[in-house]
Amino acid sequence: MLTILLDGHGELAEWRAAARALLLAGIPPERVEWRQRGGATGDLFGGQMEGSPLPPPDPQTPAATVPRAFLELAEAVICHNDPRRFALLYRLLWRLQGERALLEMRADADVVQANRLEKSVRRDAHKMKAFVRFKELSDGEGQPRRRFLAWFEPEHFIVGRTAGFFQRRFTDMDWIIATPKGTSSWDGQHLRFDPAPATKPDLRDAADDLWRTYYAHIFNPARLKVQAMQSEMPKKYWKNLPEADLIPDLIAGAEARVREMAARAASDPPAFHHRLRARDKAAGREGET
Amino acid sequence: MKKTLKERLAILSDAAKYDASCASSGTERRDSGRSGGLGSTEGSGICHAYAPDGRCISLLKILLTNFCIYDCAYCINRSSSNVERVRFSVEEVVWLTLEFYRRNYIEGLFLSSGIIRSSDHTMEELVRVARILRTDHGFRGYIHLKTIPDASPALIEEAGLYADRLSINIELPTDAGIDNFAPQKHPTRIRAAMGDLRLKIDAAAEPSFRGRRKRFVPGGQSTQMIVGVDGANDATILASSARLYGNYRLRRVYYSAFSPIPDASRALPLIKPPLLREHRLYQADWLYRFYGFAVEEITRTRPDGNLDLEIDPKLAWALANRERFPIDINRAEREMLLRVPGLGPRSVNAILSARAHKALRLEDLGRLGVSLRKVRPFIAALGWTPLRLVDRSDLRDLFAPKPEQLSLF
Ligand code: SF4
Repeated sequence: MLTILLDGHGELAEWRAAARALLLAGIPPERVEWRQRGGATGDLFGGQMEGSPLPPPDPQTPAATVPRAFLELAEAVICHNDPRRFALLYRLLWRLQGERALLEMRADADVVQANRLEKSVRRDAHKMKAFVRFKELSDGEGQPRRRFLAWFEPEHFIVGRTAGFFQRRFTDMDWIIATPKGTSSWDGQHLRFDPAPATKPDLRDAADDLWRTYYAHIFNPARLKVQAMQSEMPKKYWKNLPEADLIPDLIAGAEARVREMAARAASDPPAFHHRLRARDKAAGREGET
Repeated sequence: MKKTLKERLAILSDAAKYDASCASSGTERRDSGRSGGLGSTEGSGICHAYAPDGRCISLLKILLTNFCIYDCAYCINRSSSNVERVRFSVEEVVWLTLEFYRRNYIEGLFLSSGIIRSSDHTMEELVRVARILRTDHGFRGYIHLKTIPDASPALIEEAGLYADRLSINIELPTDAGIDNFAPQKHPTRIRAAMGDLRLKIDAAAEPSFRGRRKRFVPGGQSTQMIVGVDGANDATILASSARLYGNYRLRRVYYSAFSPIPDASRALPLIKPPLLREHRLYQADWLYRFYGFAVEEITRTRPDGNLDLEIDPKLAWALANRERFPIDINRAEREMLLRVPGLGPRSVNAILSARAHKALRLEDLGRLGVSLRKVRPFIAALGWTPLRLVDRSDLRDLFAPKPEQLSLF
């Protein structure tokens, strides 16, 4: 049995290097145990553990190839927090050498599992792009570029994966996204990723108040659909959304607001309405401007 | 005393919330990676928040002003309403958009306006916001502008250079409805504006002799119909949408259940908004656009021309056309698979790819993520033939929800 120790911060390269060596040495999946360094895998010796050295290639084994689709799948799956992802990917890689069309067998148990992990990573990355909230750092006055910092808590190791998106979008400002699963940052020159867990900063931004005003007023109390909201904006994200603490009161007050609208008798139109309509009449036409 | 920015933001987002559209998808891909500005659009849009009404908040959706010289009965901004009137300056809208964008609250701006003075004057102000965002600030986020009926072609042309999407609301499904409830609006002119815009979009899509296409409203045009104001039934509404999609190649028709507004007009009932009906209309619209259904196929299933509220329109069609089932999932063509209740384009693709390698059983479908409960009566698979549908009398009960007491206010 070989034990392969990986950092598992969501980058494919380290897994790929190990997997390639194992494959070229002809080591079948059953003979490999994959572990995450310092991972919460419930393994008592995690910290102390030494990985096995990678085996030398077996000259009998043909060069390995994989379909492009596998690499794309693997790049997503590797970000998942499931400790079994390394073994799953190696099993797929191993099987792909004989079963070239494996990934199209959408009902195969390994393929189903990989697609499930991929989907969960994709969703988490999408939600991160949606729910990161930057706050402006006030110590940047006089600096040529404005500076922003966000705190976010992703489910999977997606901070590196999403960094490019934020760089392409927020190009003209400096930003840092700090999370318990690492930090990404951009300073106009370099896009960086540091896997060390960050701690939550205490941040305030006056613009949040305007955003909260907008959020409260774009809501239509006559169309309350709390379930629909929560399935798209699950509660686990709420604690880092500046607008989220308004939600309970908006929901609680909705019915009364609608009842009040219904109870209020129609009012008399303001004077300018009468002037406008009189003008229409005088012009002999229905309200052309 | 002049209201603060925050107070005006409250009023002008209240004024904008009855427009259903908040989409930021379907435009070109672009970003600031090389150019160094601010903003990107990457394929599908992003919902940055959801309000407790379940709606996606993707854009800063506001009115430039809620002053309006028109008097559309269903509208919170109509001239006869006593709602408080305020306005933003062009610069304030630009500032709000950029500051919201930088904090990742939004994908961009959806700017509309009440009609002040003249159509051209109003349109000019909207265009000015978009121009400043694009040219002075290098903003590459999403911009949706409402086009004002009767605005001059040159202004629409300029708007199209900056905006990802333009829209003009048809408001009601029939011309009679528009005459009744929006007396200053002219359905023929609204349609003419849509037609002109379509021609401009088509012309821009033609490559010039140097092989370049002009960038012009890459997200296309959309419109909105309010449901439940006039007496139009669903067949009329959907036929009207089909004409709009066909004649003007709209990207989307939005359906907005008429909803009580503050200081409502006497002309309209303060009913609970018909949300379920709105939902069924979206489903039917979807079947028309992506599943190859004709509108009449969907609306023929009930004599009153309204969609069944209890079951979705695809299931309703299947139950009304039982003789066409079961469908053999190992042989049927894509078009027919798409008609099976419970199968969407994604699962149909998965089935087509999986069945090229082996004949599929029910269990295989389960692994592809298909809900067996729903599809089982309608399909045949390896080792599975359902009871012939025509022989079952309990099918509707199998799917229709238990009757629910709707609370009234
Ligand atoms: S034109 Fe009609 S729908 Fe538009 S803001 Fe004015 S009153 Fe409302």
